[in-house]
Amino acid sequence: MKTNDLILQTVTKVAAFVIILFSISIFLGGHYSPGGGFVGGLMTSCAVVLLLLAYDLKTVAGLLPIDYKIMIACGLLISVSTVAGSWLFDAPLMTHAFSDFNFPVLGKTTLHTAVLFDLGVYLVVIGVTMTIIQTIGESE
Amino acid sequence: MFEMIVRISLLCISLSMFGLIYRVIKGPSTADRVIALDAMGINLVAIVALISILLDTSAFLEVILLVGILAFIGTVAFSKFIEKGEIIEHDRNR
Repeated sequence: MKTNDLILQTVTKVAAFVIILFSISIFLGGHYSPGGGFVGGLMTSCAVVLLLLAYDLKTVAGLLPIDYKIMIACGLLISVSTVAGSWLFDAPLMTHAFSDFNFPVLGKTTLHTAVLFDLGVYLVVIGVTMTIIQTIGESE
Repeated sequence: MFEMIVRISLLCISLSMFGLIYRVIKGPSTADRVIALDAMGINLVAIVALISILLDTSAFLEVILLVGILAFIGTVAFSKFIEKGEIIEHDRNR
């Protein structure tokens, strides 16, 4: 019997977008307000889980053609290279640096290398969560 | 005066939480329990909002949205389990 999930799928199309925006806002605001890479990654994978609930594994794999195991490796690589980057400037390990930059549209912006470390955490959390959920969901 | 009102509303929401816990334990069908858990999530949102008024901080505002999203996803997952028996299908058009 085929069921009609029109309401769920329509709500998902709007809600997943809002959840991803919220997770990005949590991720970027992690330096000054509660949040950061971990919660942001969990919320992004929440949005993907909502897509998995409304559709199925095959459709979502076509929608987001990402191998989440490679995503874990990329996140670890970004974090480790951020940590190892302090060697280039003869600083102690895990020294982070920040500076002010002038961008054409954004104006004066402060960029900090801790954000790159957090980006690695974000990617690892998404990768681990989605690998667990997809592996459990696929087994018949 | 204002703090008193917030405390009274916290008490009222706690009482409604007790009513919902009764429904979760007693509820005859699974659907009753799922609805009661969903409403408990929404009550939790109200409690967090009132406590952040009481503590005079805006640090918990993300928690409100977070609990709302988690309650929604949890309810959808539970209702899909009740309807189809599996939460994540491999191919729905098969």
